[in-house]
Amino acid sequence: MSGPDAPIRIGYIPLLDAAPVLVAARKGFAAAEGLDLALVRETSWATIRDRLAVGHLDAAHILAPMPIAANLGLTPMPSPMVVPMTLGIGGNTVTVSRALWQSLAAQGARPDFDPAAAAAALAAEVRARRSAGGATLTFGIVHAFSTHHYALAYWLAHAGIQPGRDVELTVLPPSLMEAALAGGHIDGFCAGEPWGSLAAEGGAAILTTGAHIWRTSPEKVLGVRAAWAESNPDALARLLRAVCRAAAWCDAAENRAELAALLAEPAAVNRPAAVIGRSLARRLPTPDGGERAVADFLTFADKAATFPWLSHALWLYTQMVRWGQAEHSPANLALARRTYRPALYRAALAGLDLPVPAANAKVEGMLDRATPVGSPSGTLWLGPDGFFDGRVFDPDRIDAYIAAVSDPI
Amino acid sequence: MPSTPLHVLVLDANTLRAAVIEDGLREAGDLRVTVLTETEGLVENIVALDPDVIFIDLENPNRDQLEHMFQVSRAVRRPVAMFVDRSDTAAVEAAIEAGVSAYIVDGLRKERVKPILDMAISRFNAFDRLRRELEATKSELAERKQIERAKTLLIKSRGLSEPEAYALLRRTAMNQNRRIAEVAESLVMAASLLGKGLGKGESR
Repeated sequence: MSGPDAPIRIGYIPLLDAAPVLVAARKGFAAAEGLDLALVRETSWATIRDRLAVGHLDAAHILAPMPIAANLGLTPMPSPMVVPMTLGIGGNTVTVSRALWQSLAAQGARPDFDPAAAAAALAAEVRARRSAGGATLTFGIVHAFSTHHYALAYWLAHAGIQPGRDVELTVLPPSLMEAALAGGHIDGFCAGEPWGSLAAEGGAAILTTGAHIWRTSPEKVLGVRAAWAESNPDALARLLRAVCRAAAWCDAAENRAELAALLAEPAAVNRPAAVIGRSLARRLPTPDGGERAVADFLTFADKAATFPWLSHALWLYTQMVRWGQAEHSPANLALARRTYRPALYRAALAGLDLPVPAANAKVEGMLDRATPVGSPSGTLWLGPDGFFDGRVFDPDRIDAYIAAVSDPI
Repeated sequence: MPSTPLHVLVLDANTLRAAVIEDGLREAGDLRVTVLTETEGLVENIVALDPDVIFIDLENPNRDQLEHMFQVSRAVRRPVAMFVDRSDTAAVEAAIEAGVSAYIVDGLRKERVKPILDMAISRFNAFDRLRRELEATKSELAERKQIERAKTLLIKSRGLSEPEAYALLRRTAMNQNRRIAEVAESLVMAASLLGKGLGKGESR
């Protein structure tokens, strides 16, 4: 093992899914790879993006669509980025105020997080407000280029609600959602944990979750400055190994209490370990005061949760097109696809005991049950995956998918 | 042809720094400068103020909201770009380095905006320096207090005069190759530990 070179500077936002990066630094996984990680806590995704662009950071815990947006030139300061790994799947919630929950419950929403019932109730509420001349509902999202935005918009559109017209969307940092909801500035939000669970502690209601809308929805990825990745291939491979091992540690039930304590620290999320621990255990408070297990919620490593699926990148791209953020063209499609680098992941993990999928992309929504798939290092279980409305995303049929989802609501 | 003064909006939760920047901008030329230190109702405020240039500190958690607003942009009359010139990476790096982000209305001529951006960057840097100096002064003050306390301890416990107490501290520091303030700190700490009843054998 060679000695540590210059520290790798990694930015993060205080959220539970920053755990694999924090744990890689704190629990010796980086050191075991001979790496020194300098973690930098930031307050906005824009600042993470800018610091990556100018080279203050080498890599970052970042919203999955942001590197794609950067490569498509949709950000104020475009700079090439690559995504060599995902930092987990399914960790956000759609949470509403107690007042809105009461209206929705009267319209048929159930306290079991059922996304279809909740969407139908919300559509009824939107219609009722419109005919009564009531105020338009406002939902908070964490960023325009976020899976939270796309999950929320996908779910709303399913019920015939046009985001931005029938429901206003506004952007707030995740840590301010709870206060905005309590203060009546927003009626609901979609944000990563622990912010939904914490708002529910304060009386708000978790309506559904990202994992209900898309079973294997990626949340954050490890975004790496392309120039750094190109000139430091060895350090990058070590980093991927360290963070993948850390992700596996985060998923192990026996480490949950220690992980909750670590994430509760001021440098991480700075909130009570009890609420964080419950969320890590994939349990969420229900609007009727109970608690419910959510399969696939906040998964760090299982089911290939760290693998950078090209089908994820391409689905996110279709949503950018769907919501008018990006122009659909062969060139843009190629840029989006090229952002994700499964080959880097595969090369880094070659020969390790960690399971790696044999394919680079999958048809999202094909697996209706947990299914064993081929992996060079043994059996890997995938699924169930897919979207709550049953729509299938085939990454080889992008044009047809975009045409199908672009129908006016 | 005389042009109307540019309207510059400074968003900074740090009121002191905001004042330093505002002051600098007023020097930089014929500008209308508005400062917002509260982020309450940010979107409505920006729509109402309709600035040509916005400076926001990088630590401000409202940057994502601000950019979303520019993107959705139904609320904003004019398209907003970030930084004077995307190709001017040196300016962009200097700004990020200083801890400021700039949003400029598209179409503004570079030569009008550049001096304003330069001034904002230099003021952010100056403020940062000032803050570091203040922190250094604060710790210097704290060190001087520690030395005073150590001297007082020695005067009381060993019956020394003040110059003798100081000489003892200095000699110990020289012998141990440490700074006087460090020796003083150890002495004060030890005394406070002993004062709480820990005997010599128990101290760690």
